[in-house]
Amino acid sequence: MAKHPDTDLLFKALADPSRRKLLDLLHAHDGRTLTELCNHLDMTRQAVTQHLELLEAANLVATLRRGREKLHFLNPVPLQEIYERWIAKFEKPRLKALSELKERLEKTDS
Amino acid sequence: MARSTFDYVTYIRVTPERLWQALTDASITQQYWFGMRSESRWAVGSSWQLSFPDGRACDTGEIVEAEPLRRLAIRWQNVVNPEFEAEGAGQCTMELETSGPAVKLTLTHSVDCERSKYIAAASGVWPKVLANLKSLLESGSVVLESY
Amino acid sequence: MARSTCVYVTYIRTTPEKLWSALTDPKFTEQYWFGMRSESPWKAGSPWKLVTAAGEVLDSGEIVESDPPRRLVIRWQNQWNPELKAEGVSLCTMELEPHGTAVKLTVTHSIERDGSKFIVSVSGGWPKVISNLKSLLETGSVVLQDYERKH
Repeated sequence: MAKHPDTDLLFKALADPSRRKLLDLLHAHDGRTLTELCNHLDMTRQAVTQHLELLEAANLVATLRRGREKLHFLNPVPLQEIYERWIAKFEKPRLKALSELKERLEKTDS
Repeated sequence: MARSTFDYVTYIRVTPERLWQALTDASITQQYWFGMRSESRWAVGSSWQLSFPDGRACDTGEIVEAEPLRRLAIRWQNVVNPEFEAEGAGQCTMELETSGPAVKLTLTHSVDCERSKYIAAASGVWPKVLANLKSLLESGSVVLESY
Repeated sequence: MARSTCVYVTYIRTTPEKLWSALTDPKFTEQYWFGMRSESPWKAGSPWKLVTAAGEVLDSGEIVESDPPRRLVIRWQNQWNPELKAEGVSLCTMELEPHGTAVKLTVTHSIERDGSKFIVSVSGGWPKVISNLKSLLETGSVVLQDYERKH
């Protein structure tokens, strides 16, 4: 399993539209087999396998073996880490203001 | 009321979806649970069974609570050891809570009996099963191949 | 006798020597123990302390037994929280037993009083620290970066 894959690999994994489509498919329905994923894509099984391998290396997909099949799961953590790194510091004051407003409104209601 | 309880908490670098699959899919439980299959339809009221690799029942029971990705409670009765069987059914609860990039898994297994022999035995088994589960989910292989 | 105890057992894919090193090397402990350094000469009778990155002593005590790579026993008192400090000295035993290609780690932490708030506190802490230690040794990364974090 990937130790702490680099950011380059993460963005390389996301750069390809087919790989983003695979992530969308898993986001809609997690825990899919290779066959299920192939049914949604106009690509050879071999090509899908290679895309999944890259996604796994980038830690965006994690698997579980089930008999001879593998179930694929979306791992949002690398994306969450990018969010924390670049966006969270801008969001924090805004989210704080929103929750303060919410509190004031709730007090007025009661 | 007299009760014996075993509590265990572990933190696993996994999503709730993948952990839930690992807890409720018999083909996956057999990979970390020393060949045992934990089987059910996982709906409240449905039957549950923990089977040996040869299909014989080790423990049986019923799903008491099932909140996917969050909580599972199983009424749990051993059917192999007469001493354990005599203590009556217990309950095993598993709770999943997200904690950053990890899931906090809290397991509570109890039997309504003082100094339960079954709970004493389970206290030795659960750390092995859960250590295997954590290693399988984080590194792709279990830490203990055999019990 | 009045006593509060917490016991935590896990199995880690490593060697007893590596695990002993992970438990007794401050540069290693700070990687999985939320930045804290566990410091001591690690000989029976020598002092022991758990120190934050900023140099504050959170817990301190004395090594009772040191038998590498098998058994470590520490007399352990919290210094940070007045209520926990007032409870006095606890005993923490760490046992390392080979188990196939793995090591069984048993941490037993107890104090001679009933309803100890200190033991409640460490009962929450040990699963976090040991889960981090197991993940670090088996995969190279910890599982929790912060001690307290919800999503």
